[in-house]
Amino acid sequence: MNKGRTHWFYLAPALLLLGVFLVYPSAETIRLSFYGPRSETFVGVQNYVRAFTSRPMLIAFRNNLLWLGVFTLFTVGMGLVLAVLLDRVRYEAVIKSVIFLPMAISYVAAGVIWRFVYAFRPAVAPQIGLLNAIVVGLGGQPVGWLIQRPWVNNIALIVVGVWVWTGFCMVIISAAYKGIPKEMQEAARIDGANEWQVFRHVTIPFLKSTLAVVTTTMIVFVLKVFDIVYMMTNGAYDTDVIANRMYNEMFQFNNYGMASAIAVILFLAIVPFLLINVRRFRAQEAVR
Amino acid sequence: MSVFRKAKRLPLHVVVIALALIWLAPSLGLLVSSFRPRQDLLSSGWWTAVITPSQWSRFTTANYRDVLTQQGMGRAFLNSFLITVPTTLITLTIAALAAYALAWMEFRGRQLLLMTVIGLIVIPLQMTLIPVLRMFNSLRLSGTFPGIWLAHAGYGLPLIIYLLRNFFGALPRELFESAFIDGATPFRAFVKLVLPLSVPVLASAAIFQFLWVWNDLLVALVYLGGFEEVAPLTLKLSLLVGSRGQDWHLLTAAAFVSMIVPMVVFFSLQRYFVRGILAGAIKG
Repeated sequence: MNKGRTHWFYLAPALLLLGVFLVYPSAETIRLSFYGPRSETFVGVQNYVRAFTSRPMLIAFRNNLLWLGVFTLFTVGMGLVLAVLLDRVRYEAVIKSVIFLPMAISYVAAGVIWRFVYAFRPAVAPQIGLLNAIVVGLGGQPVGWLIQRPWVNNIALIVVGVWVWTGFCMVIISAAYKGIPKEMQEAARIDGANEWQVFRHVTIPFLKSTLAVVTTTMIVFVLKVFDIVYMMTNGAYDTDVIANRMYNEMFQFNNYGMASAIAVILFLAIVPFLLINVRRFRAQEAVR
Repeated sequence: MSVFRKAKRLPLHVVVIALALIWLAPSLGLLVSSFRPRQDLLSSGWWTAVITPSQWSRFTTANYRDVLTQQGMGRAFLNSFLITVPTTLITLTIAALAAYALAWMEFRGRQLLLMTVIGLIVIPLQMTLIPVLRMFNSLRLSGTFPGIWLAHAGYGLPLIIYLLRNFFGALPRELFESAFIDGATPFRAFVKLVLPLSVPVLASAAIFQFLWVWNDLLVALVYLGGFEEVAPLTLKLSLLVGSRGQDWHLLTAAAFVSMIVPMVVFFSLQRYFVRGILAGAIKG
């Protein structure tokens, strides 16, 4: 249908933007990661050595791992539980909207919402943060949720992420759950299986590939997590994560070599999971 | 349903409704607090204002007036539109043209080009920030709208080209054949056939890109940081948290201002919205 070179007319604007904003900068970032703070002196792998040995980076790695475990477990787990439970109530759509809503708003807004939930005041003052009001109401002492290291504050940040992303997991898992032939579950019940056995031996095997997709998506999010941490603590009190370290090396310390090395590490960590996801996505498209 | 079976289902309802309330409470607290005067907000929790009818007359829109006029959120609201709408139009136009060529034009290296575009989906933003910022600084594009339009378009293109190409590629071949027999040019077929048939996928892609850009902090922070007159809502709100971190009457109202547009989109276009979000999850 097309003769000659007309296709370049359609492709040129896209290729230009992709080249300028993705291909060239990525190659340049890899190059810069082997240079000093001002990109003038070649330093070999020194930035990478520092990235894997300096205390702030080790804390960031630890926190990303904590996110990886706790965040992924809770988003996927709650998403699965909600998908199964909501299928049994008539007001499913309303509840789904409520749980999915946080996906629509920015992490900055979510950060303000949760800073308010975690608001901390001395025991003598009235608590205006929901969480500390509950703690004090139950007879406890107010907690500095974003200050108390190393677990309370990191978990408090992860909770914000879970609040945002559970709806996403729920929607995807729910769609797959509704695709399970109901006769399969009925047959198991008639054979005397209780609800737990039906869930364990019929539902879960059917949802396996969906759960895998959702899990890899959550892992990619965790590796890149930035806004929530930047907004709520900016990495203070040992809550830093890799992406926020990169930002701070860039703007706070003006160390472009180090920031580039961290970006490359982030990229290498993400690639395997995104490739899995893109391949699965293509497989799904092929089926459709 | 018998009373007995209803009673058996009670725990299910309790769990589901409790979870929904837990999810709703943080946002509800924000909304209620944004309408309370400063002194009320600091002397009692927002829930007391909900359950005490005598306090209802004290609700006020003063906080909104303050953040929109005094704190610059009004200007930021306009900036968010000035950034988001052109970005979405630019990205979709360029992506649709490229996706059309990749789906329906025969040329050497097409498959390779398509795989390259898909491969670019995996590149995280962080890989590009420093070189693009340097380029922007030397071209004086930092702190300008055209700079951030083009950057966001570049970042959004791989995924959107991919989504559109999949849809365009699935259109029936006979459609094109009959159009070309009637003498249509490829561009005419694109405008008169492909675009009208692709409205659902274009809508999903547009909503995805619109919300991505509207809610973005990182790109605005890096390319517009330090230029307050062009700051979008997210950037302005994060600056307010830094400078007025304990002024909850302002922060709650400002945060809600930044949430209004995404929430309207969410409730009015839920179907496209969910599709757009699901597709966007594979973006690097």
